[in-house]
Amino acid sequence: MSETLVAFDEVLERYDPAFGLEVHVELNTNTKMFCGCPATFGGEPNSQVCPTCLGLPGSMPVVNAKAVESAIRIGLALNGSIAEWCRFARKNYFYPDMPKNFQTSQYDEPIVYDGYLDVEVEGETYRVEIERAHMEEDTGKTTHIGGATGRIHGADYSLVDYNRAGIPLIEIVTRPIIGTGAKAPLVAKAYVAALREILLGLGVSDVRMDQGSMRCDVNLSLSPKDSGELGTRTETKNVNSLRSVERAVRFEMSRHAGILDAGEAIFQETRHFHEDTGTTSAGRPKSDADDYRYFPEPDLVPVAPAREWVEELRASLPERTADKRARLQVEWGYSELEMRDVWAAGALSLIEATVAEGASAQAARKWWMAELSRSANDRGVELAELGVTPVQVAEVQKLVDGGSLTDKLARQVFEGLLAGEGTVAEIIDARGLAVVSDDGALGAAVDEAIAAQPAVADKIRGGNQAAAGALIGAVMKSTGGKADAKRVRELILEKLA
Amino acid sequence: MSIIEKTAAELIDALAAGETTSVELTQAHLDRIAAVDGDVHAFLHIDAEGALSQAAASDARRADGNALHALDGVPIAVKDVLTTTGLPTTCGSKILEGWIPPYDATVVKKIKAAGLPILGKTNMDEFAMGSSTEHSAYGPTKNPWKLDRIPGGSGGGSAAAVAAFEAPLALGTDTGGSIRQPGAVTGTVGVKPTYGSVSRYGLVALANSLDQVGPVTRTVLDSALLHELIGGHDPLDSTSTTTPVTGLVDAARAGATGDLKGVKVGVIKELAGEGWAPDVMAKFNESVDLLTKLGADVVEVSTPSFEHAMAAYYLILPAECSSNLAKFDAMRYGLRVTPDGDPSAEDVMKASRDAGFGDEVKRRIILGTYALSSGYYDAYYGQAQKIRTLIIEDFKKAFEQVDVLVSPTSPSTAFPLGAKLDDPLAMYMQDLATIPANLAGTPGISIPAGVSDVDGLPVGVQLLAPVLEDARLYRVGAALEAAIGPVLSIDKLEVAR
Repeated sequence: MSETLVAFDEVLERYDPAFGLEVHVELNTNTKMFCGCPATFGGEPNSQVCPTCLGLPGSMPVVNAKAVESAIRIGLALNGSIAEWCRFARKNYFYPDMPKNFQTSQYDEPIVYDGYLDVEVEGETYRVEIERAHMEEDTGKTTHIGGATGRIHGADYSLVDYNRAGIPLIEIVTRPIIGTGAKAPLVAKAYVAALREILLGLGVSDVRMDQGSMRCDVNLSLSPKDSGELGTRTETKNVNSLRSVERAVRFEMSRHAGILDAGEAIFQETRHFHEDTGTTSAGRPKSDADDYRYFPEPDLVPVAPAREWVEELRASLPERTADKRARLQVEWGYSELEMRDVWAAGALSLIEATVAEGASAQAARKWWMAELSRSANDRGVELAELGVTPVQVAEVQKLVDGGSLTDKLARQVFEGLLAGEGTVAEIIDARGLAVVSDDGALGAAVDEAIAAQPAVADKIRGGNQAAAGALIGAVMKSTGGKADAKRVRELILEKLA
Repeated sequence: MSIIEKTAAELIDALAAGETTSVELTQAHLDRIAAVDGDVHAFLHIDAEGALSQAAASDARRADGNALHALDGVPIAVKDVLTTTGLPTTCGSKILEGWIPPYDATVVKKIKAAGLPILGKTNMDEFAMGSSTEHSAYGPTKNPWKLDRIPGGSGGGSAAAVAAFEAPLALGTDTGGSIRQPGAVTGTVGVKPTYGSVSRYGLVALANSLDQVGPVTRTVLDSALLHELIGGHDPLDSTSTTTPVTGLVDAARAGATGDLKGVKVGVIKELAGEGWAPDVMAKFNESVDLLTKLGADVVEVSTPSFEHAMAAYYLILPAECSSNLAKFDAMRYGLRVTPDGDPSAEDVMKASRDAGFGDEVKRRIILGTYALSSGYYDAYYGQAQKIRTLIIEDFKKAFEQVDVLVSPTSPSTAFPLGAKLDDPLAMYMQDLATIPANLAGTPGISIPAGVSDVDGLPVGVQLLAPVLEDARLYRVGAALEAAIGPVLSIDKLEVAR
């Protein structure tokens, strides 16, 4: 089937989009979901395994109580109900990186149900309804060697790392989100951003989309405008950055419209997302009748969280994001518009952390929202994934405040950080970025500038102090911008007094 | 009387009195195995070296006054469905040929910690599916009473080993009668403990919600000794009960010397009549008369839902086992068959499963896969669970009237090898009386009621008690055993001649 893409605005003339998001979050518990193996990232392949997470014959699972606690806290933070009694279920299917060839998950009895999250896009609030959040275990990680695509087909062989098998996951599933029209891509992105902020605040996950500790599947369908129906959906898997979530919704809207315009039907399937082009391609067919032969896991007893415990957890939840945002806006003295931009850029936590490290709210905003946002855009990554930390931003600002860096030099430090040139101190040292305020070195440059522009010097001698600017500029130029401008001015005026 | 004819309780005394050593009696059993197991084929793996070195260690401990347990030094045989480090664990299947587990089942850990030398691993129907041991991929076990007869199943190996005096004790597993029915047809004692009272960790699951590990012995007292050793809570098995498993040995001793005044016994009306061999019923009725003579108050009780137990069992069991056996995919352990050409991972899985599983296993995988399939789940698995609830209710009502229930263990004596191999339903009928206890989680015991007037082969009588009331089985069982008198002796066996 050749793909005709319909321009985004045109899509909206004829169709209403509906989308839904399934977000998998790896919890940062010390141990795995059903065994005592470490759940840390980055160990030697297959070094963090035991009979249970390898699915050896005879092994049995035991539920990680900390993971249940995290699931409940997430559920409460998403305004959800916590099941009084729920069970795990087996989701049966064969895959080489599934140790048991079934995933221990939850089916019709999730631990969290009926939640919601309000997200804001361009000043308007949208309520995203959350159908459920359930606990499950991650699979192993397969790397296909050889072949063109890095996918299983065409590979020479595949390597499986079971360290990831059994890592606790929470899957958060929205209801179909309708009525967002042209804002659909932005609402999708804003929802994932808001969800990430909440999870960060709860401290239950690293939520690193680039490392796969937060993974999104984007469901999308179109229906004829104002029909109130839900069309056939596609599910785009592993959309792993905020920007990609927006692009995936946008692209699928255009693609669906092309197919529907041609009078053809949408084929219900999973799709792969391509970060480089922002497009999707066909995965495998998927029908609602996909038969995973779910049944209750007989090796586990039901999870029945005591109500007192749930209430204790509710009472100990961190500040709600909306409350926090309002509080910080006052504390930081930001305008409504500034705060909205900060929020939309996913910079709230970053600025908060930068301020906590000693930077002023204005300075923190300046770096994150201008210099660093620009770099993130250029690289097509999220601010949080840029690789510059709040600690580093605060450190640079401290040097600016102390006069040993100028804003211009500070920008070069960030360049160095982004290029991976080392620590702030190492970059300043290697690039020779320290401000020159030493009178000996500056004196020579000032003398040179005076000698080069005698007419200007005369004006200053005659009392025209404003003329000093031209000489200051010359000194700055000759010192490569490293001179302390204030001291240069003083020296010029002294010498020409 | 030779040393191999002694019961475990007698061996405890002989060891304690210094009349024998563990090495001596372990060697005596290894000699017996060497002499008769060529005919009986109770063992799949014999570990003479390991057993003798464990025996020597036991003798050394005892000499220092540091015996670990009363049974320290008494050898034992272990059903090949329980994982053992350093010893193969095949579950009677080709698909696990040569697999040596890296971990011990909790019950194996317990018997090792108590110092019982492990003689070897016993034969069984493949993955415990069967009632004759004929479904073992390594050839059938023969009934030591008459070598052309089946020893029952799935635990025919453990029962035959104990009946043939190759081992004083054995561990079995009972999912629908796999300890009790072999006990009945070999003239030995077999106990299915309350579900959850003995850890299943390291038991390669047939049907997780039905499986239970239990003792296989020649006397009720020996079963009590072994049962107390292996029972108790295991944090690695989430379904394990926290109630301590105690008082069984005391109950057995009290029963053997006392009467049954004040004990109410219910004869299950539904487990008689058509399909029940007259010679079995004759022996059973003698046992009922003896119970009355012992002072018990015997009444008839009705358990109408038992009629549907078989149907429910053959939905729940295949459903669970179809999922359990999915892990055998040739990816990490066990048999791997690589088809010619350029096979995919899926091709390898298919070929390995095709070659590695026997017909009965494939039959149940197909049954279970079907029963769990979307659209059939409610009609099959769902209905079966409802029947399960009704059976639990039947037991509850029955135990409001009586303390224990009594029935024949098996509808017939040991049938000839091959007689029911082509008729799965006839084979399944063997477990008619034993299945309800597995569905309800209640404990049961089979003890020898005598030998048939028709074929001279043993008949078993089954006692059933409420959940966690295993001690009642031992009290009533020991009393009945004493009244019946010895049934099994070495000179009655064909294998002895």
